Amino acid sequence: MILASGLRKSFGGFEAVRGIDVDVRRGESFGFLGPNGAGKSSTMRMVAAVSPVSGGVLRILGLDPATDGPEIRARIGVCPQEDTLDTELTVRDNLVVYGRYFGLPRREVRERADELLEFVQLTDKANAKVDDLSGGMKRRLTIARSLVNRPELLLLDEPTTGLDPQARHVVWDRLFRLKQAGVTLVLTTHYMDEAEQLTDRLVVMDKGLIVAEGSPLDLIAEHSTREVAELRFGVAEEGESHEVLARKVEDLAERVEVLPDRLLLYTADGEETVAKVHERGLTPAATLVRRSTLEDVFLRLTGRTLVD
Amino acid sequence: MSGTAPTNPLAGAARLTDYWATVYRRTWKGSAVTSFVAPLFYVVAMGVLLGGFIDAEPDRLEGAASYLAFIAPGLLASQAMTTVFGETTYPVMSMVKWQKTYFSMTASPLSVREVILAQMGFVLVRVAMSCGVFLLVMAPFDVFESWVGALAAFPVQLLLALAFATPVFALSAGLADESPFALIYRLGLIPLFLFSGAFFPVANLDGWMQVLAKATPLWHGVDLTRMLTLDRFDPSTAAVHVAYLVVLAVLGWFWAVHRLTKRMVV
Repeated sequence: MILASGLRKSFGGFEAVRGIDVDVRRGESFGFLGPNGAGKSSTMRMVAAVSPVSGGVLRILGLDPATDGPEIRARIGVCPQEDTLDTELTVRDNLVVYGRYFGLPRREVRERADELLEFVQLTDKANAKVDDLSGGMKRRLTIARSLVNRPELLLLDEPTTGLDPQARHVVWDRLFRLKQAGVTLVLTTHYMDEAEQLTDRLVVMDKGLIVAEGSPLDLIAEHSTREVAELRFGVAEEGESHEVLARKVEDLAERVEVLPDRLLLYTADGEETVAKVHERGLTPAATLVRRSTLEDVFLRLTGRTLVD
Repeated sequence: MSGTAPTNPLAGAARLTDYWATVYRRTWKGSAVTSFVAPLFYVVAMGVLLGGFIDAEPDRLEGAASYLAFIAPGLLASQAMTTVFGETTYPVMSMVKWQKTYFSMTASPLSVREVILAQMGFVLVRVAMSCGVFLLVMAPFDVFESWVGALAAFPVQLLLALAFATPVFALSAGLADESPFALIYRLGLIPLFLFSGAFFPVANLDGWMQVLAKATPLWHGVDLTRMLTLDRFDPSTAAVHVAYLVVLAVLGWFWAVHRLTKRMVV
């Protein structure tokens, strides 16, 4: 569905994407995970055939976006990071008008609009103005709009950024249904839980490059331990900095990460590690034992957290 | 059925008909009232009341039998220009920046060229409506020397509208924000309106000012409109006016496509 090789994007002197290789297959759900500024959105805009490629090769549905942009855009769906809904039109009109851009007959677009409103649970808002919708409803409407042409490939750029937790779960539920229906999904996110929930396979991007690739579970197995013990100490415990504390426990874990507010101990058995920390006479103000996540993978690979 | 790419730019632009029709349905009432009331007020205040103080000597008024008959074509052409400015300044900023409507349009199979083409079509519909109403409002005031001339003045407004619409659209499409619009209105629209021969013969202006007035697109539109409504048609002068307006519209078109593409396709 998407084939990129040595793909680059530069703006003036700045290189946003610095040569990436990606291969997305039909029916899979693929993610770009990375912090803001990693080059995810620039990549998505090139894949959506709205932003010219600066270097390398890119094929979407076997077509070249430089020459077949309209053909590609006719067959894909795009849910941009910022809602581009017409706020003065009704919810339903937004779908109908957009469907017409794809050359679909009016009657078909109207039927499709009603189906999609049902799908994103906005049927009772069909005649409301977009201005009156909540953030989560707007997002669902944008997703519905991106489906109006029955796309073979659906691109979602940060689909739940800026939504409250409840609204995110509703969006995830809808996207999960699309995934089960066999729609090829490609999404960018800087939320590791979103990537874990929705993608079969993902690449981790940082500073315009791909730093790792695999399924969420494989990436965790490869780059992190099974569990993580998080230790929070009071303000400068016994006058000691986190670095000093880290040295005192570093032999208890495979790896120790020092964050501004806590220490992360990577270990196979978190509870056991916490017990050993206490045996050493250290008394963290709070401890938490959890499974490793993609956040830990990212931290391992880049030395930074996903959300600053 | 999934989407298809349009086979030619006109077919692509036609896909935006439903969008513009929806916009039109939302706004036509307000614009219908203004396009009826505004010319009526101008004609009454400037033409009838102010004109009452003016000795109408056809020789000094480019052949008009009354001051009202002199300014009627000027007001008509000004109406075309004002309508265009209204449609191609703030609405364009909204679509490129505030609502980002253009971005949703070009995420579909449509391209920048087709988006502009459709919007020019919409501007022409707006101008056709407001100038059509204007002509009807003025008809009872006995300002048209011939019906043929009055009818011929109608397509002239569409051409004049295009000559303004493409460059003003281009200008708006590339602006970072809306603050220059106030300047464009005060230093562009209003001086054009006042000094391009709508209210007085440009022969009254001294040397370079007259040259300047005759270089403006509105003057070409006003003069062409006036020679039609006063039935003093001169083919060679008319050809110059038409050529000037066509060239401006075409140059503006390329500039508009260039500016919006540069803004959106990055």
